[in-house]
Amino acid sequence: MTSEAVKESILEADFDAIVAAGDRVEPRDWMPEGYRKTLVRQIAQHAHSEIIGMQPEGNWITRAPSLRRKAILLAKVQDEAGHGLYLYSACETLGVSRDELTRLLIAGKQKYSSIFNYPTLSYADVGTIGWLVDGAAICNQVPLCRTSFGPYGRAMIRICKEESFHQRQGYELLMTMMRGTDEQRAMVQESVDRFWWPALMMFGPPDEESPNTAQSMAWGIKRNTNDDLRQRFVDMTVPQAEALGVTLPDPDLRWNDERGHHDFGQPDWDEFMQVVKGNGPCNAQRLVHRRRAHEDGAWVREAATAFAAKASA
Amino acid sequence: MSAEVEWPLYEVFVRGKRGLNHVHVGSLHAADDAMAVRHARDVYTRRNEGVSIWVVRADAITASSPDEKDPLFDPSGDKVYRHPTFYEIPDNVPHM
Repeated sequence: MTSEAVKESILEADFDAIVAAGDRVEPRDWMPEGYRKTLVRQIAQHAHSEIIGMQPEGNWITRAPSLRRKAILLAKVQDEAGHGLYLYSACETLGVSRDELTRLLIAGKQKYSSIFNYPTLSYADVGTIGWLVDGAAICNQVPLCRTSFGPYGRAMIRICKEESFHQRQGYELLMTMMRGTDEQRAMVQESVDRFWWPALMMFGPPDEESPNTAQSMAWGIKRNTNDDLRQRFVDMTVPQAEALGVTLPDPDLRWNDERGHHDFGQPDWDEFMQVVKGNGPCNAQRLVHRRRAHEDGAWVREAATAFAAKASA
Repeated sequence: MSAEVEWPLYEVFVRGKRGLNHVHVGSLHAADDAMAVRHARDVYTRRNEGVSIWVVRADAITASSPDEKDPLFDPSGDKVYRHPTFYEIPDNVPHM
């Protein structure tokens, strides 16, 4: 072995020991290139999801039914922006720049969660997104608080603290509608019917079709498989749906005493692949909007830069 | 559109409440120091997380390198006599 190769194998052994001990890897530590790349892809995708995720709900801010709901929705959408920023800053510790991440998102070269490519057609969707979409996000994110990369885990802890507000405001909104008129109850059921399957897709493809999972788990980036988390979400959600008085649109959904879990049907994975590839109902609209917001903000960034340069001259 | 220069990166430290140290909470971009404080308030203290904020340009921080970890921190490992538990005191001696 060359001395470089020896050095690298020592560094790799140190890295493996840190991960094996359940300890955290920090930005300036040596890490395998694959680990860095996987993290950049995952954290960027996560950050982009928070930023794009502002759009479906932001759609309803000007039409909130009361000042109370408007204040809540504004706070929630502002949180999504904040979550995006925590995650971008975690991602930047891996040596990518914010500009590069924004550029890759706008160019469609990095992904965001497919759930945000579905439209929000009624105000009930604001509630359903809080309950089901943020509920699914919480299932995904709680284990990520223990992810092996320090900055990512710390961002997740911050985010999880705030997600609970998101889920509860959504559920409370739906409870309020369920106490209303028949028409309002029908709106809630219709919304749940549309979002149930896309929410299940948020956990990603089934384990046997998720080639990166094993490596990500070996590195301690992921702590649970997609199917495990999906099962956990279904088990958590069924009693919540009962309490709310809505039906989850899955004829195969039933308790399995033997397994101690609910059995449930599979989402339409062809639809999932189509949405991931960019052919969902709102993919184009989401990216156009994000690009326009970025370009429309250019003069503000330039003016602030010019002001800072003048002030420090 | 002119080629944009990215705003500098700032590290953010927040004092959670009186009596506690400022603690590092993350980073953000801002055009200047004053904007960095404003952004830090919006990004990191939306729920009473702090009573005071420090921001510092990331490029102004000097940090120890992971490579120096052993020479820097190992020497304290064998100085067990720096810890109170190194000294044996009889049980009947109070308040020690």
